[in-house]
Amino acid sequence: MNETGVTSDQGGTHAGGSLLGDGAGAPGFTGQEAVRLEKVHKSFGALEVLRGIDLAIAPHEVVCLIGASGSGKSTLLRCVNLLEPVNRGRILLWDQDVTAAGVDENAVRRHIGIVFQSFNLFPHMTVLRNITLGPTRVLGVAREEAEEAGRALLARFGLSDKKDDYPDRLSGGQQQRVAIIRALAMKPGIMLLDEVTSALDPELVSEVLGVIRELAAAGMTMLIATHEMGFARDIADRVCFLDEGVIVEQGPPAQVFTAPANSRTQQFLRRIVDAGRL
Amino acid sequence: MPARESHGGAYLDEHRLLAAGAPPPSSFAGNGRGSHLLGGQRAAAISTVSTVVFLGGVITLFVFAPGAAAVRHTFFNPQQMKEAFLGDPSQGLYSVGKGLILNIEMFLIAEVLILSCALVIAVLRQLRNPVLFPFRMLAVVYTDVFRGVPLIIVIYGIGFGAPALYIRGISTQSDFVYGIAALVLSYSAYVAEVYRAGINSVHQSQVAAARSLGLSQWKSLRFVVLPQAVRTVIPPLLNDFISLQKDTALVSTLGAVIEANRAAQIDSSTLFVYSSYTVAALLFLCLTIPLARFTDRLIARDVTRRLAGSGAIR
Repeated sequence: MNETGVTSDQGGTHAGGSLLGDGAGAPGFTGQEAVRLEKVHKSFGALEVLRGIDLAIAPHEVVCLIGASGSGKSTLLRCVNLLEPVNRGRILLWDQDVTAAGVDENAVRRHIGIVFQSFNLFPHMTVLRNITLGPTRVLGVAREEAEEAGRALLARFGLSDKKDDYPDRLSGGQQQRVAIIRALAMKPGIMLLDEVTSALDPELVSEVLGVIRELAAAGMTMLIATHEMGFARDIADRVCFLDEGVIVEQGPPAQVFTAPANSRTQQFLRRIVDAGRL
Repeated sequence: MPARESHGGAYLDEHRLLAAGAPPPSSFAGNGRGSHLLGGQRAAAISTVSTVVFLGGVITLFVFAPGAAAVRHTFFNPQQMKEAFLGDPSQGLYSVGKGLILNIEMFLIAEVLILSCALVIAVLRQLRNPVLFPFRMLAVVYTDVFRGVPLIIVIYGIGFGAPALYIRGISTQSDFVYGIAALVLSYSAYVAEVYRAGINSVHQSQVAAARSLGLSQWKSLRFVVLPQAVRTVIPPLLNDFISLQKDTALVSTLGAVIEANRAAQIDSSTLFVYSSYTVAALLFLCLTIPLARFTDRLIARDVTRRLAGSGAIR
């Protein structure tokens, strides 16, 4: 697969690139779509979780997925970075089919950053080691160089004093910020955020959302599954409402949140408003 | 059942009282056993008395039992114990102490080999690469067979079987080597299962996090899963090694190897005094108890390290 842009490596640019990466993905890419999902179906046994998802994301676009628990948001994200194989349909990253046979999934994943609801930091490694593991072991960056980049990222997000701590010592908000930095250290072309504030105490949510706002401002392409409707309204270029494995409505946040066209979107938003979440 | 009904009635009455905001019934007032503040001292006093009574009973039994004198003479004869420990070649007596050193040598060599073999087997069973399928099957058959066969049979099989084959390089080894081979074959199967349990105890979300960074299955295992798995299984592993340490004594059945247990056997068969066994048992305890304390320290250190805050990467 070396002839393709996704698999050809750009490890050499690791030190030279901007701190956050520019979210443009594979080098030399000039296409209109960073991500494209075509009729993606995914089942777990008899349970059909995704039932024909069509979605295209432009470079530097921020797309928020909203919808009830179990609507398929997380599964969709996990399909994009190939943690779950799709049953039918195609997923293209920077115009290349990553669901085709013979694609090196490790090569695809190093261009995609994902952050999980439960942080999933490596508990046996210090914060700095968590961040440098990917660059050193996957991209082949020299340890000193990776550590320097890691320290710079930690400094940028106000976590310099935590670099030698083990994750158990950190608050949930700090852990999640480290998890975001760990993903950023790979200089991904796109970030997938899976309910990154759902496991946090309410007072810790804003520090994590602040980091995501910075990423958006820096032009990172992002696909964000979230329950934070206010945040989605602020940050998203486009909001997609998922219901029972289908995107039933999408559009600019102003339109989806204030004048939803679909009755199921209306119902969902009414419940959110009643719960005081919007 | 009238009794039950009346009980139910009382409960309902209390329930109503509580629901009405009335104070609870007086049952919190205690049962006359004294103040809570003195609880610590009371507990200490009770445990002291209990220990004294228990030990007193055991010692009384030991000292005043009808056969106590004979037991002391046979098992705790100080003169015999000293001779058994040192040995006396001029009288054909082997030293239990020296035997123990041989025992420790076997144990240490076997332990290193077992740790490595078992890890390879456990990892083989974990990797999903189709090329490795025959090796994975082999690993499954191996663990099934060697966990099922008693160690003593493996020792006999190798100790007496390998020399009978007349294969150069294999059939001419010492019983020391055969003994280690048997221990490694048998224990690797157990230890591989311990490792595997440790690997399975690492949450799938850790694997997802590692793979999503682009780490291959092998690198995820090597850098993320195995380090956590090994930490988890250190206590059960050391438990297995305490029993390995004892089981090295079984190699003595091959005959030529003189380790602690064998020396004790020879001593007792010539003297009809079993103090040498007591010496062997005490020496084994001298090894296994520090091993147990060492396990505790390793666990404690791991806990402190992860909770100790900003410190150097140790």
